[in-house]
Amino acid sequence: MRFSERWLREWVDPRVSTRELADQLTMAGLEVDAIEPAAPAFDGVVVGHVLHVEPHPDADKLRVCKVDVGEGEPLDIVCGASNVHEGMRVPTAVVGARLPGDFKIKKAKLRGVPSRGMLCSAKELGLAEASDGLMELQADAPIGTSIRDYLELDDVSIELGLTPNRADCLSIVGIAREVGALNRMDVNGPHMESVSPVIEDTFPVEVDAPVDCARYVGRVIRGIDATAETPVWMRERLRRSGIRSLGPVVDVTNYVLLELGQPMHGFDLNRLRSGIWVRKAEEGETLVLLTGEKITLSSEDLVIADGSGPLALAGIMGGEASGVSEQTRDIFLESAFFEPTRIAGRARGYGLHTDSSHRFERGVDAQLQQCAIERATELLLGITGGRPGPVIEVVSEEYLPARTPVAIRHQRITRVLGSEIPAGQVQDVLERLDMGVTSIDAGWMVTPPSFRFDIRIEEDLIEEVARVVGYNNLPGCAPTAPLVMRTEPEAEVPLTRLRRLLVDRGYQEAITYSFVEPRVQEVLDPEADAIPLANPISADLSVMRTTLWSGLIPALIRNLNRQQGRVRLFETGLRFLRSGEETRQEPMLAGVVAGSALPEQWGSPNRPVDFFDVKGDVEELFHLSGRAENVTFEAAEHPALHPGQSALIRLDGEAIGWIGALHPSVEASLDLSARAFIFEVRLDAVTHGRLPQFHELSRFPAIRRDIAVVVERDMPAAKVAECARAAAPEILRELKFFDVYEGEHIDSSRKSLALRLTLQSQSRTLTDEEVDAVIDGVVTTLGNQLGASLRE
Amino acid sequence: MQTDLDKLVTEAGSAIEAAEDLAAIDEVRVRFLGKKGLFTERMKQLGKLSPEERPAAGQAINKAKQSVQQSIQARKEAMQVAEVQTRLAAEAVDVTLPGRGQSTGGVHPVTRTLERIEHLFGQLGFEVAEGPEIEDDYHNFEALNIPESHPARAMHDTFYFDEHTVLRTHTSPVQIRVMEGREPPFRVIAPGRAYRCDSDLTHTPMFHQVEGFMVDECTTFADLKGILDEFLRNFFEQELAVRFRPSYFPFTEPSAEVDVQCVECGGSGCRLCSHTGWIEILGCGMIHPEVFRHAGLDSERYTGFAFGVGVERLTLLRYGVNDLRLFFENDLRFLEQFR
Ligand SMILES: [Zn+2]
Repeated sequence: MRFSERWLREWVDPRVSTRELADQLTMAGLEVDAIEPAAPAFDGVVVGHVLHVEPHPDADKLRVCKVDVGEGEPLDIVCGASNVHEGMRVPTAVVGARLPGDFKIKKAKLRGVPSRGMLCSAKELGLAEASDGLMELQADAPIGTSIRDYLELDDVSIELGLTPNRADCLSIVGIAREVGALNRMDVNGPHMESVSPVIEDTFPVEVDAPVDCARYVGRVIRGIDATAETPVWMRERLRRSGIRSLGPVVDVTNYVLLELGQPMHGFDLNRLRSGIWVRKAEEGETLVLLTGEKITLSSEDLVIADGSGPLALAGIMGGEASGVSEQTRDIFLESAFFEPTRIAGRARGYGLHTDSSHRFERGVDAQLQQCAIERATELLLGITGGRPGPVIEVVSEEYLPARTPVAIRHQRITRVLGSEIPAGQVQDVLERLDMGVTSIDAGWMVTPPSFRFDIRIEEDLIEEVARVVGYNNLPGCAPTAPLVMRTEPEAEVPLTRLRRLLVDRGYQEAITYSFVEPRVQEVLDPEADAIPLANPISADLSVMRTTLWSGLIPALIRNLNRQQGRVRLFETGLRFLRSGEETRQEPMLAGVVAGSALPEQWGSPNRPVDFFDVKGDVEELFHLSGRAENVTFEAAEHPALHPGQSALIRLDGEAIGWIGALHPSVEASLDLSARAFIFEVRLDAVTHGRLPQFHELSRFPAIRRDIAVVVERDMPAAKVAECARAAAPEILRELKFFDVYEGEHIDSSRKSLALRLTLQSQSRTLTDEEVDAVIDGVVTTLGNQLGASLRE
Repeated sequence: MQTDLDKLVTEAGSAIEAAEDLAAIDEVRVRFLGKKGLFTERMKQLGKLSPEERPAAGQAINKAKQSVQQSIQARKEAMQVAEVQTRLAAEAVDVTLPGRGQSTGGVHPVTRTLERIEHLFGQLGFEVAEGPEIEDDYHNFEALNIPESHPARAMHDTFYFDEHTVLRTHTSPVQIRVMEGREPPFRVIAPGRAYRCDSDLTHTPMFHQVEGFMVDECTTFADLKGILDEFLRNFFEQELAVRFRPSYFPFTEPSAEVDVQCVECGGSGCRLCSHTGWIEILGCGMIHPEVFRHAGLDSERYTGFAFGVGVERLTLLRYGVNDLRLFFENDLRFLEQFR
């Protein structure tokens, strides 16, 4: 809602500055978004009267005018505007004037003729974006008066960002009521009078949908001059409210809309057939709107129709065919009440949002229609002339919004706000807001006024009281609560800890959108059934991710394209899977790595990252939860991963993630310029851990033996370890691989694995013989079961 | 005799002088002081002297021997010091060269803020709750007192999957999900992703929000004011003025919007605060009785407050980030600034 400060002050004029007024409004819940001057700075411009116009002797397009500016001799002013004419009153910048843009008016000669000033257009005064010709003022504009005074230009436009509950403030009268309540002042609008009918003409109105339209008020006015000019003062007020002048009938209905909050519509009476009929639309009926757009109606829509079909989308927009034009002589004015819930959503359904639908959706005062039509008639007759008929009204009292009294307990106010507001003050605030207040036991019964649609329960009234008292005048305090400890499961690894582990290992956390590009996801996770958005913001953000890789890999690519040679990113968040009707939203942890294993540095070789670097990072995640021993990495194929470098990660046998090198064909199809390694695990697999479990320390020496066994090249090391462990007795404390060798001296189909076995007993010092026997046993078993031979 | 000893000492002196390393000095030692050395030889010759001459001669030899011994020792020590010096010089490194190894990364600035919020409220006993991001319209709207035709639905720019399934437009549904299953008191914050179908300079289609709420038998608006005041001052680590102004949310009544004194200009007005001196930071209010009803709680017995704060906005203000979209571009040059 945008309005002129001076217009508001015509209704209520507290002794506060513009800034203070704006603060009052903001702090009362009517947030001021902007304050803009009604006109840019200029001076020296007065109302001039063009006495005489004659052609310029040397220029076809110029005219030489004699202009009376109220003092001294009339001025000779050369003017190029085509609409200049004798007798017109026009803003005249005299010598010494300063126009917007710091443009100074000096004595000049135009093609040899002296000119002592300038006749101005609205644009030149900063009052319009564009104008064709001079700004013509009312014939009674007082000659010599400063334009700033005459047009009341020392004014501001105040823009309110209103919340949807405050429809009552979508008008000057509504804002004035608030300002009056805040300043404890009476509100006095301009004098308004009912207009007595001078003709008896009426137009029949039938309301078929009384639930949706409980009141319909109309009036015929004959013999108007639709070509009349809207007076400057009204155009100015409309302009300062952000509304363009579109001819007197529309201007007047817009003016009343702004002033009182009642949306109205003017029909060209001679384009209506037989009568007004307020009804539900029939499925498939069409209507060409004022904008020229043709819409097909549904049975949900409410229309204003006549004998030949829909004329207007009720409360939203009029139709082209029945609209008022310059040729219109007779009009039918409409002022109705439409039920908010019936209008809500209808406009949006057609991509429409009008000043009218905005108000009806939020609630228009159901008692306002008569008053508004009288006000509009009065204003219109003043501009266009005409003969009004009687006001007719079709009302269904039972469907008018009822205002049920709401009880408010003094005690409850204190309980909700945490501080007591004196009873007298509560009552005063409510009364100043035009509520009907009667005292009852422990509080009041309050009947909200017809213009308030947002007072239904006690809390709504508590807010009103708090709001007018001022939130900032209410105390704040630190809440008190019993000191109760929260349980803190120690076996859980906090996500913050997991993040720090990866961060400490050189990863940067990323946050990518949960919706991704279908093409990328199709390449990375072709088997998953991605959930599409019905209304995505763009095609490349249109399906929910089934893997975090769908966001991370594009992030990797963008970074590589920005000349980052080394990228390590991780992300945590949900993936969205669909199986049949069911949607699963699973928290995941994923990473993507490309570039060198270590940051570029002197004195160490620049080695590209490989599978085992990334696997080491993943293994450390499981070490945090103390469950590394329950995790296995199993060679397996995944459509996005290199078949020779990919593993399914299992925890206690259950598949919980993947790790691997990106498949070269995936790299190619995504235009990825570097080798990338990726992993993804279910978050719960790394957060659910166990408590540390103490084992007795041995007091006896540990004995280490290294052996190298030669096995088939594709023999998994895990299998060798498993087999060795099974073959060794309990005294085998630790088994580690310390080298893997393929090449010279070894059959090309085989590899050598070097193992370090650490043996230690809890109860005695082991003898060499015992240890030898264990090692022999391991070697023999490896030989028998896996065809391993001891390396020479 | 004495002349001979003097000569010997002088001879030893030059030999010590001439020795260039520890091995050479050791040779000198053997030659003069060894078991078959020149001094031992002299000692053996003492027998040739008369018993009266022997003590004096012996003393003279011993004195000369000691002086040679001392010279050798001194020379040896000097050499050892020199040797250590040489080794130290050889082992010196350029300490100004950078260190080696893995470098640390960093958490995302939004995570940084989220963790900070969780920590600050955690001090007051607020637990963290989470909920689904694909949400049903009941939890996202209806239970929060936003019925089908409510104008507030239009303001939410909702992403839909079908008529009844949406991407949550705020983290407020978690409030319902927590209250549905338990009895007060509640002190909960619900951080997470939220989504709105809107993308421009000041909106990203995905953003983070922290919903917080407290419900008990006597939780008041004064508590809400107190706790948010405290939070904002501790979050920004500044004594910022905070103001509460009336606003409207379907799920709270009374509702308030909270502004903080501009962190950039301190209230005098600048571009960041659109010359108002204030920055809008969060929405809050007392939980609407209708919300309690949907959650199966008695609003006569319980009162509570709720607030929702935009995490990107807090992050932006805290670190002076000037473009919201940077948060989701994941440009390393941006992310690495928050290490
Ligand atoms: Zn500022």
